[in-house]
Amino acid sequence: MRGGETFVIIGPSGCGKTTLLKAIGGFLRPTRGRLLVEGQPAREPGPDRAVVFQDFDQLFAWKTVRDNVVYALRVARNLSVGEARKKTDRMLELVDISRAADRYPHELSGGMKQRAAIARALALEPTMLLMDEPFGALDAITRNQLQIELKGIHERTGVTIVLVTHSIQESIYLGDRVMVMSRFPARVREIVETRDFTDVESSGFAELTGRLRELLVHREEPFDVVETASA
Amino acid sequence: MITRGWTRIPTVVRYAILVAIILVLWQAYVTLGHVQKLLVSSPLDVAAALLVDFKNGSLVTATQNTLKDLIVGMVIGTLFGFILASLAVFSRVGQDLLTVLTSIFNPLPSIAILPLAMIWFGLRPESIIFVVALATVWPVALNTDTGFRTISPTTQLAARNLGLRGWRLVSGVMLPAALPSIITGLKAAWAFGWRTVVAAELIFGVAGAAGGLGWYINNARYFLDTANIFAGLVVISALGILVEGLFGFIERRTVVKWGMKRAA
Repeated sequence: MRGGETFVIIGPSGCGKTTLLKAIGGFLRPTRGRLLVEGQPAREPGPDRAVVFQDFDQLFAWKTVRDNVVYALRVARNLSVGEARKKTDRMLELVDISRAADRYPHELSGGMKQRAAIARALALEPTMLLMDEPFGALDAITRNQLQIELKGIHERTGVTIVLVTHSIQESIYLGDRVMVMSRFPARVREIVETRDFTDVESSGFAELTGRLRELLVHREEPFDVVETASA
Repeated sequence: MITRGWTRIPTVVRYAILVAIILVLWQAYVTLGHVQKLLVSSPLDVAAALLVDFKNGSLVTATQNTLKDLIVGMVIGTLFGFILASLAVFSRVGQDLLTVLTSIFNPLPSIAILPLAMIWFGLRPESIIFVVALATVWPVALNTDTGFRTISPTTQLAARNLGLRGWRLVSGVMLPAALPSIITGLKAAWAFGWRTVVAAELIFGVAGAAGGLGWYINNARYFLDTANIFAGLVVISALGILVEGLFGFIERRTVVKWGMKRAA
């Protein structure tokens, strides 16, 4: 992965997308091979690789939106209360959730919860922002809205994003490069450059969508061979 | 028709009306039925007895003694409950130990241990404190353990992502995340503890000069002061309602406010 890019991992369910992301996050150890983050093996989980999950209960239910971010900064970055509060206000502004700062997570809509989670992750100033299907549980309209905003946030902050998704449209729209994974055997099929494609209406976007779908749907030769052999 | 008008009245008033009706029926039964005062006291007699014994301090002292033993016992039991639950979460041996101990002791009414406690500690408050602690420890340990175990995996990942470990992980995330179950455990512990302490005092009588509410009731029986027996029961019931209310208040301020438990 290159610094500052949005690297998207796409693949069918069960191909190991999330497992790979968890390994980068340091939650799992690779069973074989090495996983290097900035030239070092991925260590314990830490705020340098902040994660945004799909599930809404990633926010601490007993803290308001503001206190979720302040708490994260206090424990993970050792900031004083004053510094943490200042920074939190800036972040909440960035993801446009300031008006809900004093609400508890259960009082928010799904989209607002994900905004809050993104604010908390970005506040940590991670070298990498890891996102595991962050918009997977949202309705289509909210999802679109947040995709547009995430793109804007990426342009403004320049943070490296690793995003796992199973939406082809999302992968092309947000990604600079898209890594397509396959199941049986679970491995990388291809890495596709998608940097210049952001206009969903354009013919290039449609063409690329077709190509990615092709890569995702079609099985590779070895699989067919194995099947024939066993028949 | 009646039901419709009834639901429009505020809850507190509805309850008050029912209590008033019960009291009136009770009073009417005693007065009009020519019931022997020795068997059933009228509400007015009970109220008079309450007033007298609150004024002369005997009910106040009894209440204080009961609450003191109860609180000390519950604190000890709760502490051990937390320790057991923590061991269970952090190690397999701890988990097995909790399973074995709760299987053995949970079906055993802790009041059944009182004779043994009296042999060990003598006729002293320690015996009561011991059985109360024993009544408290299992519900606290079991519920806290369940609470720790049912913390959502994502919440745990989020906590680890912040680099939280050890005590900061426990105090910052695990305890608040498990709070709904912990409160459930404390409520159950209170219910067991409260019944146990009163029962223990009934059997036990006076520990030194300090008798509690159970002793107060039993003592009134010796002197055939039926009104005082009722007075003691009223205090026991009232304290129970008070503590339930306290738990409700704590829940509304915490787990209900946080959306972790629905309002009752």
